[in-house]
Amino acid sequence: MLYIFLVVALGENQISRNYLLIFVRRVTLETGLPLKNMLNQPNLVSVARQAFRCIVGIVFPLALCGCNESILSPAGPIAEAERVILLNSLTIMLAIVIPTILATLAIAWWFRASNARANYLPRWSYSGRLELIIWSIPTLVILFLGGITWIGSHDLDPALPLNSKVKPLEIDVVALDWRWLFIYPEQNIASINRLVAPVGVPVHLRITSATVFNVFFVPRIASEIYAMNGMATQLNLEVDKPGTYFGLSAHFSGDGFSDMMFDMNAVSATNFSAWADQSRKSGPILDKAAYYGLLRQSRDKEAYTYRRVQNGLFDDIVMQKLPPGDGPHTNDTREK
Amino acid sequence: MLGKLNWNAIPFDQPIPLAAGILVFLVLLGVLAFITVKGYIPYLWREWITSVDHKRIGIMYCLLALVMLLRGFIDALMMRSQQALAFHAPGYLPPEHYDQIFSAHGTIMIFFVAMPFIVGLMNFVVPLQLGVRDVAFPTFNSVSFWLTASGALLVNISLIIGEFAKTGWLPYPPLSELKYSPGVGVDYYLWALQIAGVGTLLAGINMVTTILKMRAPGMSYTRMPIFCWTSLASNLLIVAAFPILTAVLAMLILDRYLGFHFFTNEAGGNPMLFMNLIWVWGHPEVYILILPAFGVFSEVISTFSGKPLFGYRSMIMATMVICILSFMVWLHHFFTMGAGGDVNGFFGIATMIIAVPTGVKVFNWLLTMYGGRVRFNTPMLWSIGFMVTFVIGGMTGVLLAVPPADFVLHNSLFLVAHFHNVIIGGVLFGAFAGYNYWFPKAFGFKLDERLGKIAFWFWFIGFYVAFLPLYVLGLLGMTRRLQHYDVPQWHPWLLVAAFGALLILCGIGFQIAQLIVSIRTSDHRRDLTGDPWDGRTLEWATSSPPPSFNFAVLPNVKGEEPYWGMKLKARETMHLVTDEPQYEPIDMPRNNPTGFVTAFFAVIIGFAMIWHIWWLAVLGLAGAYATFVVFAWRDVAETEISADEVARIDRANRAIRTVVLKRRPKQ
Repeated sequence: MLYIFLVVALGENQISRNYLLIFVRRVTLETGLPLKNMLNQPNLVSVARQAFRCIVGIVFPLALCGCNESILSPAGPIAEAERVILLNSLTIMLAIVIPTILATLAIAWWFRASNARANYLPRWSYSGRLELIIWSIPTLVILFLGGITWIGSHDLDPALPLNSKVKPLEIDVVALDWRWLFIYPEQNIASINRLVAPVGVPVHLRITSATVFNVFFVPRIASEIYAMNGMATQLNLEVDKPGTYFGLSAHFSGDGFSDMMFDMNAVSATNFSAWADQSRKSGPILDKAAYYGLLRQSRDKEAYTYRRVQNGLFDDIVMQKLPPGDGPHTNDTREK
Repeated sequence: MLGKLNWNAIPFDQPIPLAAGILVFLVLLGVLAFITVKGYIPYLWREWITSVDHKRIGIMYCLLALVMLLRGFIDALMMRSQQALAFHAPGYLPPEHYDQIFSAHGTIMIFFVAMPFIVGLMNFVVPLQLGVRDVAFPTFNSVSFWLTASGALLVNISLIIGEFAKTGWLPYPPLSELKYSPGVGVDYYLWALQIAGVGTLLAGINMVTTILKMRAPGMSYTRMPIFCWTSLASNLLIVAAFPILTAVLAMLILDRYLGFHFFTNEAGGNPMLFMNLIWVWGHPEVYILILPAFGVFSEVISTFSGKPLFGYRSMIMATMVICILSFMVWLHHFFTMGAGGDVNGFFGIATMIIAVPTGVKVFNWLLTMYGGRVRFNTPMLWSIGFMVTFVIGGMTGVLLAVPPADFVLHNSLFLVAHFHNVIIGGVLFGAFAGYNYWFPKAFGFKLDERLGKIAFWFWFIGFYVAFLPLYVLGLLGMTRRLQHYDVPQWHPWLLVAAFGALLILCGIGFQIAQLIVSIRTSDHRRDLTGDPWDGRTLEWATSSPPPSFNFAVLPNVKGEEPYWGMKLKARETMHLVTDEPQYEPIDMPRNNPTGFVTAFFAVIIGFAMIWHIWWLAVLGLAGAYATFVVFAWRDVAETEISADEVARIDRANRAIRTVVLKRRPKQ
């Protein structure tokens, strides 16, 4: 059984070549069952091999190709680590799943009632050794995956600061009905519907909601994390490559939910400073009165900046010193 | 006088729901007119509506599920077509309508399709398999069914009076609180589910009692058919989990009606509490659905392979391990809420551990086919289709259980693809396998095989065409419940998915054709033997359809697969195993309208509470209580079936079986 994992660790081609043969041969040897009859079908193994190649070779590239937006083409260390874990876990399980599917089809076909060459074993319904094996296979796989899970859950905890010598940039995120507010406390500016961040600098986000639940998500950059009123969640991320990445709310939040898309602009550190300086020169001021305006439901997609932010605004929202949004404001039994 | 109810409640300004609602009510009216004109009402009232026979109630549950499947599937088609059209465009469904559709789709498919289908199969089959005459509480059973139907009715009333919830199939607060959802949609959801949920809880208690206390002589726990075991596990979960649902919905009702603050943003409420509670029910719920489906597959695969189930005890073990573990994994529904590595890691691993007993089951089915003589009848096709599909769904499930992977896949269409993969590929395929498998037992004739197989292939291929694109879309970062979008990479995949939905539509069309053709040609396809598939469990020892008392004399069980044992012995000796018994009169529970009347008042209570018509709610409550009092004061609870009648029915069955025995070449 350990051998299977070694094979898995060696890579895709190794799995297809060896895994099925070894597994079935061992079952045959250990149990003395007439499995050999089936194995002697030479095309079984080659079919398995081809099927595996098909899946790994076609499905993944399809998901990857032409798709700059795929979570399989990450643009930051966190998303990259998550991609690796995702693909590793998938490969490990495919090593079990593909042979199982093929065995299902092969056994059902070989033992079809009209096949006179197949043995009929009308009373065969128990084998202790086989039971041991079929409990062991998934157990061992899960032991292996469990290790990945435990380590991965800790290493990639969204609240964990990134391992970097650069001091992280602080950004506070507020989910509104149905817009995103990004506050830059160090720069004392704020931005609606556009997140601008420097490349190569770790970013530490505190996230809350001024209204119902939302999820902050930039697919190619970082983990999803809930935005909840009265609470602040944390997220750490870093962007490797300059560019524009799409972000969205990944939790349904009402009629305007589909309009909660935003752009994340990753720019060089100099450009980021320039943008911050530029923003400080123009635009409205985000004080309490302006914030109350933002609480009204709106599907406005316009992106703009505030030149100054009232001190401690984010903390006041989290501590509910500023009340949550009012919702649709209607007494109608049907909301229009 | 009428609370919040006024003419504004009817969506005159929205043609689609209005037309849909009117259509539904016209169809209902047409059916009612038809049966009235034909004079069927007295028959329906006497034999079906007031029936407490577990077989009839089981059939009505399945019928309810099939009808609601059509409603839920129309919702699905609308969603798929909306998303196919809504690239850089608003599509044809505005958000306030689209949001209701996906909420109704999920609610209906889980609570009023999957649940009644599975409960119906259990209701029909379990007492027969246990070798007994009915469930423990027959009138309770009728109440359960009619309460479930009441919930379904309330959901459909929302089409035309008011609106349905716009919060998703689980109404997460704060969105579902009065402040953010002031309409009646969430109230429809809450009351429909409270009423149906009580019905389900009663059904669970009934079935657990039946399995634990009412088995044929000699049927020890380790001789019960595996379907009874999976039903036991499922119903234990119902008994344990549904009170949680009732409680959490009651808390939301208190929030919305009496200004409580369980889940509000303000005043110390905590919406995360709702997430935890609803999933403490919600995760066992998926095992409530899938375990009986596993049981169906076990029965079907064993029967059509002509072999006993491989690893029977190992299967029981796996079932019960799943039953227990299913309560320990709920947090995986919100890894992204910011719990630390320890909590996420624990629940991730706990979730994966469920894959172990599930994997064991798959291997056991494989080995059941191994060395068999596999006949590819329709139920078997659904089963093999299930095995292939379900392992993929299981795999993506384990993938989502890895928290770092979930951090990028949570709430995405990858998740949507995953749970459709296990619920369609598992629960629904299981329900269809069971439907084709037990149909001849229920009605005395087989369903058309050719149309059944065509339907299977459309469903099977349609499923992959509809849902594999959703996996890809999830990897492309597309989240669920989007009414429109601007990302060009998503569009082609959504077009493919919409095409897949059309293939499934063809599958459903062929299923309807299968049913109609089979009924019209039922005389040619009659099953006189009572055992059309060469079955192995006790339900096949009865005639098709079984008499109201199921067994003239309760069978004496001598081992696993009791009916198979009897058949083998009979084939050896060329003589029926038991001699003709001394027939005795049988007392059966008397039909009564308690269930139907209770449900009538339940609908009134629900509707009155939704629209704040308080006096009507009080009236409904009084009516329901009066129904209970009348039932409790009944003088005659049972009817006697005379010994002659029992003898006549049983002798006919024995005569046919003797003929069949003589006809079959000795093996």
